[in-house]
Amino acid sequence: MNRFLRLVSRDLRLALRQGSDATVAVMFFVLCVVLFPFGVGPEANILARIAAGVIWVAALLASLLSLERLFQNDYEDGSLELLTLTSLPLEAVVFAKVLAHWLVTGLPLIVAAPLLALLLNMNPEGFPVLIGTLAIGTPTLSLIGAIGAALTLGARRGGVLLSLLILPLYIPVLIFGAGAIDASLSGFTARPHLLLLGGLLVAALPLAPWAGAAALRQAIE
Amino acid sequence: MLYHGTSIMQPANARADSPVPMPLFAANDLTCLRGERLVFQELSFAVDAGGALVLLGPNGSGKSSLLRMMAGLLRPFSGGMSWDGEPVSSDPDLHRSRVHYVGHLDAVKPVLSARENLAFWASMGGAADPMESAMAALERLGVPHIADVPGRYLSAGQKRRLNLARILAAPAPLWLLDEPSVALDRAGIGQLEEAIAEHRRGGGIVVVSTHAEIAIPGADTLHMDDFAVNAVPHDGYDHEDDQDYEP
Repeated sequence: MNRFLRLVSRDLRLALRQGSDATVAVMFFVLCVVLFPFGVGPEANILARIAAGVIWVAALLASLLSLERLFQNDYEDGSLELLTLTSLPLEAVVFAKVLAHWLVTGLPLIVAAPLLALLLNMNPEGFPVLIGTLAIGTPTLSLIGAIGAALTLGARRGGVLLSLLILPLYIPVLIFGAGAIDASLSGFTARPHLLLLGGLLVAALPLAPWAGAAALRQAIE
Repeated sequence: MLYHGTSIMQPANARADSPVPMPLFAANDLTCLRGERLVFQELSFAVDAGGALVLLGPNGSGKSSLLRMMAGLLRPFSGGMSWDGEPVSSDPDLHRSRVHYVGHLDAVKPVLSARENLAFWASMGGAADPMESAMAALERLGVPHIADVPGRYLSAGQKRRLNLARILAAPAPLWLLDEPSVALDRAGIGQLEEAIAEHRRGGGIVVVSTHAEIAIPGADTLHMDDFAVNAVPHDGYDHEDDQDYEP
């Protein structure tokens, strides 16, 4: 456990000192959402109608943007090999890196989301559900993305490949994430959607580190 | 450096009364396949506690592949290794935690200071006080002054010393060093030789691949050429013979 926390804190420290990953993800998220009023037009009703979907799609893309580098730096400078040689299981290494990645890129999205929802004229009644879905959904995105990041490690133009590989897997999260908000805004209960989102997270928690570790072993050989 | 709580603390003669003397680290008929190319085949070796093995051979003869195989980073195509009589493949995770591996990459993070870099690896290796042992390791390699320098300002030689300090900062019985003297100056090589000698005195094992001059008294040598496909036997090679390795 101690080693696990050490790895998380090292990754956090690296991310905060380099600074770029965290700010890039959240800036991309904001810009992406801000583009929609320009493209769709300033009609307040239309914006309110599409707000949930737009925010979720933007969150998806922002999460994808930084995932490419999840293992890349450690792979290139030889740290990844050394991490596999510690007594920390590789599955725990993957989980630690995902956790650090989510703290750096996922949490800021959750903080920024209500502001953007306000910008898109979303009914404030939907805000708690918006934050709730993002809090359950973005860790799932990071976990699923870690599998793709590990699989595309060492591939040329890995970033493009990663998007093709991972975006289809993000679809269920998108459906239930946006669906929960829509449901609560139209007066239905968001509970079934949230439960399904939670189910996805619970499934991804053990499966993603396991699959990611298997892919990393392949990449290191 | 001494290892506590592992079997290698026993001196080599302590196992003399056991019916079959067992080398601590051994391999049997290893074959390495990279892509579709057979790199080496039927390679065997045995190293006792406190022993050292020097890998010699031209570029591409599989020295690095063999070291990675010993570390458990690469699976042998056939054959197997054993540690203290137990097959390594029965618990690969346990074997990996026995290993200190120094490869071609120095694993130095540009935004962390030398000491932070080192302390992280020391803590992953199980050092009780990572910062303390990081500082001690830097001093042993003669570079305490780089402790607060960020990784990106370190020269190639300093990065290499930092990487070598990593293996001093936390104990592990098996050192696998792939061309450790690259980028090191004469004094650095001297400190490395000293560290290797001390590691062996404590019962540790060192396997080194090298082109440069590292004096390792009493080391076995392994000529990779002998295990190349369609190998021509190496002149005067004797696997059992302990010989001083001094190129």
